[in-house]
Amino acid sequence: MTAAPAVVAATSEGDSRALVIRKLRKEYRPGVPVLKDIDLAIPGRGMTAVIGPSGTGKSTLIRCINRLVEPTAGEILFRGQDLAKLSGLALRQARRRIGMVFQEYNLVERLTVMENLLCGRLGYVAAWRAWLRRFPRGDVERAFELLDAVGLSGFATRRADALSGGQRQRVGIARAIMQQPDILLADEPTSSLDPKTSVEIMELMAQLAGERDIPVIVNIHNVDLARRFAARIVGMTDGAVVYDGPPGGLTDAHLKRIYGGESWLE
Amino acid sequence: MKAAPQSAAPARRGFEPNWPARLGWALLLLYVVYAGSRLGFTWERFAAGLEHGGRFLARMFPPNFERWRLLSDGIVESLQIAVIATFFGILLSLPVGLLASRNLMPPWITWPARGLIALCRSFHPIIVAILFVKALGFGALAGIMALIVASIGFISKLFAEAIEEISLKQVEAVRATGAGFMNVLIMGVQPQVLPRFIGFATYQLDSNLRNSTMVGIVGGGGIGATLFTAYQRFDFDFVLAILIVIVALIMAAEIVSGWARRVFQ
Repeated sequence: MTAAPAVVAATSEGDSRALVIRKLRKEYRPGVPVLKDIDLAIPGRGMTAVIGPSGTGKSTLIRCINRLVEPTAGEILFRGQDLAKLSGLALRQARRRIGMVFQEYNLVERLTVMENLLCGRLGYVAAWRAWLRRFPRGDVERAFELLDAVGLSGFATRRADALSGGQRQRVGIARAIMQQPDILLADEPTSSLDPKTSVEIMELMAQLAGERDIPVIVNIHNVDLARRFAARIVGMTDGAVVYDGPPGGLTDAHLKRIYGGESWLE
Repeated sequence: MKAAPQSAAPARRGFEPNWPARLGWALLLLYVVYAGSRLGFTWERFAAGLEHGGRFLARMFPPNFERWRLLSDGIVESLQIAVIATFFGILLSLPVGLLASRNLMPPWITWPARGLIALCRSFHPIIVAILFVKALGFGALAGIMALIVASIGFISKLFAEAIEEISLKQVEAVRATGAGFMNVLIMGVQPQVLPRFIGFATYQLDSNLRNSTMVGIVGGGGIGATLFTAYQRFDFDFVLAILIVIVALIMAAEIVSGWARRVFQ
């Protein structure tokens, strides 16, 4: 296994933008760990794909990072802070710099595309401004630019529930980028989409994050997509990391270990 | 039909019989029959009642609008009671409903909030109105207070239920951006519940309009007092005039509600 050396590598290189996870443990029910003391270092640039079968804790892992899920034990070190220990205002301020893209888009359905994008700025905007929709002019202009960038020019006043799946995910990505994040988390961003749209969404995410030099962690169970877009692959099975390395090093033997069985590989 | 070999086995059932539900329905039916027999309904009484009713209706026609001044004053006051009570009732119900929603609030907050709602719902508006008339004296203020209490009891509960049915995925996404609690409410919760809130609010206005014509009977202001007096003086033609205006008012409110619902869809 390459997990332990990778931690050393990322930290010893002095990659100050890396995300380092130490002994991360999550138990939804006491004594039944979903994450079993995970050690992982995510490099501070490029896309890292986390692959593994459903129910193996990929989603829990990614949600521990922005604390949508409370870790039971362990550390999540990012930009000089232990994210696992934050609470209240400090947690909200850390979340402002962590963008997230969801499997089912999680747009606010009854809001317009523009309002959904501006949700990405809610960590910075006072409640009365949000209520009256008086967002800073710069935010609104950036939202328009991002809409052009994701290919949804002219959709600003459409309601989110009027969009197709692919369009919704484009809005989801734009909302995350609106946060000007230090890291982008994507939880199965293509699992609800058809194969062609999936590739387009991955391309868009890689492009937007690449241009802005934002590191991306993406949970994905499509191994081909992971190989195609990620510079680094983390294979998980049963709550533990069993592969951590470049896509080229991922062999059928690894996949067998990650997903179990082998008939599906043929 | 040839007897297939598998027909020897008992037919498989697609649906389990629900014996507790069947028992419940049977008990309900038995109780209705029993309670009906205890209350002494007889055909003769019903027939006699129909005859009285016929004479009563005959004396109502034609409706008498001669005292239209008294009528319009009462109706205008009822309308004011209903609108003011609905406004403040809903304003107070918003926080109470939020505090009572179990998906956004911890149990130590929802329980007291639910207790308050239950208390407000316990009594009929007329009973609450009697209390306020005793405490505040005769007049519209007592009626308004009574209907505010009734509105809180009814609307907060519906608000809380609407909030409990929202999609938490949308809320989660807004929370993940680092938004504070108020901003999560404004952009994540409010858009999901607004159309239903508007529906409940217009329904409560409708309900308060009807109740505001009644609180006057116990001294809470509005057309109720006039209506009650007219009954007691056997001015049945004036009673009919009042009833016609009340029906017209409720219908007008229905039109306004429908319009409000469309606007906020």
